[in-house]
Amino acid sequence: MKYLDEYRDGERAQQFAREIHRLTTRPWNIMEVCGGQTHAIVKFGIDELLPKFITLIHGPGCPVCVTPLEMIDKALEIAARPGVIFASFGDMLRVPGSTTDLLSVKATGGDVRIVYSPLDAVKLAEQNPAREVVFFGVGFETTAPATAMAVYQAAQKELKNFSMLISHVLVPPAIEALMSSPNCKVQGFLAAGHVCTVMGYWEYPPIAAKYHVPIVVTGFEPLDILQGVLMVVQQLESGRAEVENQYTRAVRREGNQSAQEIIRKVFKVVPRKWRGVGEIPQSGLGLNDAYAAFDAEKRFGLADRHVDEPTECLSGLVLQGQIKPHECPAFGTRCTPEHPLGATMVSSEGACAAYYRYRRQPAVVEQK
Amino acid sequence: MEPPSDFTPACPIPISQYPHVLMAHGGGGKLMHQLIGKMFLTAFTNPLLEMQHDSTVVEWTGKKLAFTTDSYVVRPIFFPGGDIGSMAVHGTVNDLAMSGARPLYLSSAFILEEGLPMETLWRVVCSMRDAAQRGGVQIITGDTKVVDKGKGDGLFINTAGIGIIEHEQKIAPQNVRPGDGVLVSGDLGRHGMAIMAVREGLEFESQIESDSAPVAGLVMQLLKAGIEIHCLRDLTRGGLASALNEIAEAAGVKIAVDEKSVPVREDVHAACEMLGLDLLHVACEGRFAAFIAAKDVERALQIMRGHAVGAASAMIGQVAESSTPLVTLKSSIGVDRILDMPSGEQLPRIC
Repeated sequence: MKYLDEYRDGERAQQFAREIHRLTTRPWNIMEVCGGQTHAIVKFGIDELLPKFITLIHGPGCPVCVTPLEMIDKALEIAARPGVIFASFGDMLRVPGSTTDLLSVKATGGDVRIVYSPLDAVKLAEQNPAREVVFFGVGFETTAPATAMAVYQAAQKELKNFSMLISHVLVPPAIEALMSSPNCKVQGFLAAGHVCTVMGYWEYPPIAAKYHVPIVVTGFEPLDILQGVLMVVQQLESGRAEVENQYTRAVRREGNQSAQEIIRKVFKVVPRKWRGVGEIPQSGLGLNDAYAAFDAEKRFGLADRHVDEPTECLSGLVLQGQIKPHECPAFGTRCTPEHPLGATMVSSEGACAAYYRYRRQPAVVEQK
Repeated sequence: MEPPSDFTPACPIPISQYPHVLMAHGGGGKLMHQLIGKMFLTAFTNPLLEMQHDSTVVEWTGKKLAFTTDSYVVRPIFFPGGDIGSMAVHGTVNDLAMSGARPLYLSSAFILEEGLPMETLWRVVCSMRDAAQRGGVQIITGDTKVVDKGKGDGLFINTAGIGIIEHEQKIAPQNVRPGDGVLVSGDLGRHGMAIMAVREGLEFESQIESDSAPVAGLVMQLLKAGIEIHCLRDLTRGGLASALNEIAEAAGVKIAVDEKSVPVREDVHAACEMLGLDLLHVACEGRFAAFIAAKDVERALQIMRGHAVGAASAMIGQVAESSTPLVTLKSSIGVDRILDMPSGEQLPRIC
């Protein structure tokens, strides 16, 4: 398929891998920020092609995984209320809250609907004027413009029965938080290509300079990731720490200006809790005062609800790259996609789900 | 009043993690297998049921008969490439064919919702009639029930089928052997994506049509040509990944698949990529996997490709010995990984 097969070519992948092998003289830890990249790495076996002493550390860039437990619990509570239509991206439905998940709420009579775009939720509100329609707005900068546009349109249409439960998060503050941790092992970053499609990469040079860390904006296909790794290794081996763009077919330095504009119009930057990590200052988006009427937390009286994270799930350490998924004692035993302890085991971008799905038995790799 | 004795806690519900049935319990993945294994197999246990084949083979006065049943609840009722009626005939005909049986007779039970337009019902019935003619079966018994408006979703159909086995081959998952070639009878994922496109109002450059079709004729040709078939499995809910995992488990073997050789149409592939769905988990309604003795693989492929419903047949992998049952997939960049069974329903991803 055009724009796909050429980025999955086995021969070219081997060429990149050989070049990385040739250049690498010592161990390097490189973090891929986005969960989509983690899945591509594990699904295609990209890390198997790399030199043994290049370690890919899986980053916090899975929006489902970092949504805090208390936000899931709030979603479950709203979705279970009579008269509510709760609209969400499909990925969120299996995520475990303290006691249940959205699929179970649906099974016991809650009106939970999967939508492909937040704008579909606005349509639902128009079609069902007697019902409260709530959209679960999660994600990084990638999904924020669409969420913002939905709120903007709802305001234009003066919809009184539409609101949003918002848990949007931002990538650059998370990278900063990781780099300033004393346990941080990361020496280079593959920045998330799709986030940069929206935001550009003008935010990254100060981070690269402050922590002396190379950052390469990288796509999601095997050849993208291999080339991204090669560019990071080239910088590391030559002592450089710059921001480079591998994903030139989708990303410009300034990003998508109109998308950024709608984000600024509707949202303000707020402190945000990350599941398993804790609160990171200035790391999220919340509705600004002009659109505060669409805040579902306020509308349903849940703003003051706080829930503690369970201790058995080590997803916080996984999300910070401090352990690999299979190093968690619950991995594959007490925690499986059918009975998850945390979101990293169920999300299509979760690192634990990737390891469980594609390489549960290490023997597969050894037999090669 | 004394409570009935069978309500005592001495008979605990065998599934405790989920107090309610979820959609995923019917999705063809792990939760459905748990439900079947822990509840239905446990309650109804007998050697025939434990074969867990698409249809069960019973011997009756020296003849071998295959028997199967399936219910059809597809939405929308009419979709590009088929409808609930033709699907209800094809699906059951195909389940019989997967035992190597020649399908003979079907039953058809209708659960109709009050208010269903007669015209809709007539279209479905005509479609069943035509599908039965094409599949060489007769619908010889049936049932009709009507439920209150709002208590059914238009109409549901159940069909059961009987076929006859007229050869000496044993076709079942347990007969798969190391060295067998793994063949599929055409491009994958079309039915699932056709349904999803209509249901979600997704528009692609060309319309994706369901692959719903009867495959019994093709299976009969393979048998007539004396191809040594070890197992057949139709690739419905859960797709190729579920089918191969079930068979690897039953036969205690490793099945190694090469991703590059899996046939898929470009529009279906694009739709899967866009929605973040795994093609190998998407349902087909007119495709099957065949485990063929190595010596007969080439001949089998030739026959399959010569048949109208098997034109895009391909060999996608091989069976090997293994201490633990396993399905692996060689990715396009040449690295092996596990091909797992889906856990429940596939859910579209966020971004």
